[in-house]
Amino acid sequence: MSHVSDLGRRRVLQGMLGGSAVTVGLPFLNGFLNSHGTALADGAQLPVSFATWFWGCGLNPGRWEPGQIGKFADLGPELKPLEAFKAKMNVYSGMKAFVDGKPFITHFSGAQAILTGSVPRAREFAQPSIDTLIADVIGTRTRFRSIEVACEGIATHSQSMRAGALVNPGEISPVALYGRIFGTGFKDPNAAEFTPDPAVMVRKSALSVVAEERQAFMNKLGAEDKQRLDEYFTSLRQLEQQLALELEKPAPLEACSVPGAVEEARPSTEIETAAINHALFAKLLTHALACGQTRVVNIVFGDALSTLRKAGGTQTHHEYTHEEPVDPKLGYQPEVAWFCTEIMRNLGVFLAELERIKEGDRTLLDRMLVLTGTDHGYAKIHSVENMPVMTIGNAGGRFKTGLHISAKGDPVSRVGLTVQQALGLPISTWGNDSMQTTKTITEIIA
Amino acid sequence: MRISVSVLSAALLAASVAAAAGDAYRGPLTLRLSTAQYRQIIGDVFGPTIKAGGRFEPDIRYKGLLQVGAGRVSVTASGIEQYDASARKIAEQVVSKENRDTLIPCKPQSADAPDDACARAFFAATGRLLYRRPLQADELDRRVAIAAASTKTMKDFYTGLATGLSTMLVAPNFLFRQENAEPDPAHPGQYRLDVYSKAAKLSFFLWNAGPDAKLLAAAESGELNTPKGLAKQVDRLLASPRLEAGVRAYFSDMFGFNELAYLGKDAALYPNFTVQVTADAQEQTLRTLIDLLLNQKGDYRDLFTVRKTFLTPILGSVYGVPVVAPDGGWTPYTYPENDPHSGVTMQVSFLALHSHPGRTSPTLRGKALREMVLCQRVPDPPGNVNFTVVQDTANPLYKTARERLNAHATEAMCTGCHKITDPMGLAMENFDTAGSFRQHENGVAIDARGELDGVKFSDGPGLNRALHDSPRTPACLVERLTAYAKGRALVPDESTVTKGFELDFAAAKYRLPDLMRKIATSDALYAVTPPQVANALPTEIAK
Repeated sequence: MSHVSDLGRRRVLQGMLGGSAVTVGLPFLNGFLNSHGTALADGAQLPVSFATWFWGCGLNPGRWEPGQIGKFADLGPELKPLEAFKAKMNVYSGMKAFVDGKPFITHFSGAQAILTGSVPRAREFAQPSIDTLIADVIGTRTRFRSIEVACEGIATHSQSMRAGALVNPGEISPVALYGRIFGTGFKDPNAAEFTPDPAVMVRKSALSVVAEERQAFMNKLGAEDKQRLDEYFTSLRQLEQQLALELEKPAPLEACSVPGAVEEARPSTEIETAAINHALFAKLLTHALACGQTRVVNIVFGDALSTLRKAGGTQTHHEYTHEEPVDPKLGYQPEVAWFCTEIMRNLGVFLAELERIKEGDRTLLDRMLVLTGTDHGYAKIHSVENMPVMTIGNAGGRFKTGLHISAKGDPVSRVGLTVQQALGLPISTWGNDSMQTTKTITEIIA
Repeated sequence: MRISVSVLSAALLAASVAAAAGDAYRGPLTLRLSTAQYRQIIGDVFGPTIKAGGRFEPDIRYKGLLQVGAGRVSVTASGIEQYDASARKIAEQVVSKENRDTLIPCKPQSADAPDDACARAFFAATGRLLYRRPLQADELDRRVAIAAASTKTMKDFYTGLATGLSTMLVAPNFLFRQENAEPDPAHPGQYRLDVYSKAAKLSFFLWNAGPDAKLLAAAESGELNTPKGLAKQVDRLLASPRLEAGVRAYFSDMFGFNELAYLGKDAALYPNFTVQVTADAQEQTLRTLIDLLLNQKGDYRDLFTVRKTFLTPILGSVYGVPVVAPDGGWTPYTYPENDPHSGVTMQVSFLALHSHPGRTSPTLRGKALREMVLCQRVPDPPGNVNFTVVQDTANPLYKTARERLNAHATEAMCTGCHKITDPMGLAMENFDTAGSFRQHENGVAIDARGELDGVKFSDGPGLNRALHDSPRTPACLVERLTAYAKGRALVPDESTVTKGFELDFAAAKYRLPDLMRKIATSDALYAVTPPQVANALPTEIAK
């Protein structure tokens, strides 16, 4: 800002915006971690972070569950790509979606059951997804409440939603996402110098003008529109807060580094291309988490009704699940199994990125909780029984790991309930109708 | 078991009514601008030199239309970042040295100090166009104040002005078309849209843009509230070349062209199906229908049999037609009588969109015709389908899509829906997934016989004639266009209104502009129930 370069900082702050109140955050004085990497040396805990990782069409029953219940040694063949993480993950089998008397919507009801704890009555996002509930608690002091990405290049492929059909669209461009996170608004937590930018203060004041008009705007609305437009004003507040954070010196984070420039994605439902896009996003999101820019990320590797296909192949993963015969010798659908294994390999790519970030003698993955989501237990017959669910990471010591929890037809909402409780959400029940549960999975609570 | 056609049709009609029954709301609406509308308004207000780039939140389709979905979407946290960035970029261009003299009606007394009078004049004039109504006093005062504060901080009048402008461009009053209701003096006890909401409804319907200065003046003077004044404005809008943008917007919405952005074909099998093909395919259909419906003032039903179209060399390669266009651009082309390429639903924009990446889908094509052209809802597939009889293009027993579907449809639970969709889609089988003509699949001659509601045909042109002759075809346009104009799904008892429009449409020989005039001048378009204003706001989240 050449206009103000000749002014002393103090004078700028005093004179800014006709004397409106200005706060400049005090710098964190001590940025070193304790020896375990669990806390900053001043005692503040490194914050727990959360991720969802979604793919469509589930896994083949009998081919993913660990061989043992409780502490397990062997993962099923389709989870083999996650072998390196088995000590840090939990696998949940025997969990199901209860449809009750509601219309069963294939590739939708089951995904909603895992991520919202509820099966809706129609193809509508009636309930908020778990990531938004968690972000509203742990994501309120970061620049981004959450970040969503869609690896097939279709922004509507997002499983992150707030009640009332409000879907957080997925970012489809790694270059755009890089700009959002590490562009002009990014304040390097480890930078020695910090100067608040008066232009940012001006922008923040400008947004507050809009926020002041909330009441006048909302007064004219009917009840449903009020809820919908309330989301607009919540988003506006998030943006104001983003700017407020840009005016504060951030706490140093030793593990934070800015990734080099990224290449652009090529939108495609070819699984090979989706994998390349996913790897680009995985790196960016990991750096965003390490740099404290967000605490909640949501990755859709492939949407429900998996339209992923091999390059040169005429059939999608979804079509294979229904149309490929079960190989009588193998006892499963070999092409489908190939897709399942390949998808899990990609989940491994994301986990490896998180694991690569060292924080003391631990890794970023250790203070994460990654929850997987999918739409079916056995896509071939649209079954929502025995849905494959995993959590990876111990949420900063809140979760025991390396366990196979085998339920006997419990609602899959039990996993979400337990995850929310571990992350500090004050809830004792989650889900609707037969999906409603109060049963925390106590075995995994540390 | 064979299900009779009449039973099926009854089920479909019942489904289309039932689909609307859940939406009883008929109060004033709050509709988020579509990306196209946003860009159009910026172009209209500031001129073509101002670029409104960026990518906004995806529009969401509801009850067959994005324009109806616009009443169900909000702005998410990532969305507001995009709107904010766009607002600042636009404001920066507007006040730039190159543009300020033409776009700002006054000059400040000093370049580095506030000038409230100049700022006020700019915000009042611009705000009226952006908000589609005059700014209220407090709204104007706030902009003048923030511009002054920002000017003082940044020591630049124009930076201050840009700050004030950006607060309007990111405001809900701009990003959402908020409608207001008022008592209707002509019908005591009933409500209508207030005159500015009425002006906006009209211009978004016919031009896909905000009201221009003349329409706002007609609103301001109250002229728009008189039948004569309304008719005059409707005629003016219909006579304008800008009607084309409105018609393009409607059909892009109706035919789901937003999905074309995501369309890809298997690169190994269809290496020539590039992004340019998809873009040209959409433009081909839009040019075809603009020519027929507006330039020729043709019969809407002829859209499904029309032989005159427009092609580029790249489309020519898909269709197997030599296109001579020295500049690589568009050239008119008329297919011979009964050519299978006649009709817009036999164009790439439809055929390729409703197919799988590597093969056709008579089911998807038939479903799309039912839903988009006939406004009938095809039920979701059941959850527990047994797919042991498969659609495997490599299966030596079932070489064509018809054989594979016949095998699949022996399943009793599948038969019902497939009978609704497949007989139409199978008549389109002479076109592969990329939209190219073919006579064989896997070496077997394609049998393109089909049926629509009891009318049997032997090939694609037969399907086109059946669509042309189906009473559902014009009825569906009336229903969907009315919902589009209103911005919401129709309520069941509004069928009396659309039935009236249908009769008028037929009397007008199915000419689209006549139908648009009928809808635009009807009381029904502007009638609302009062909003259910709650006594208090929901719990304040603001801290």
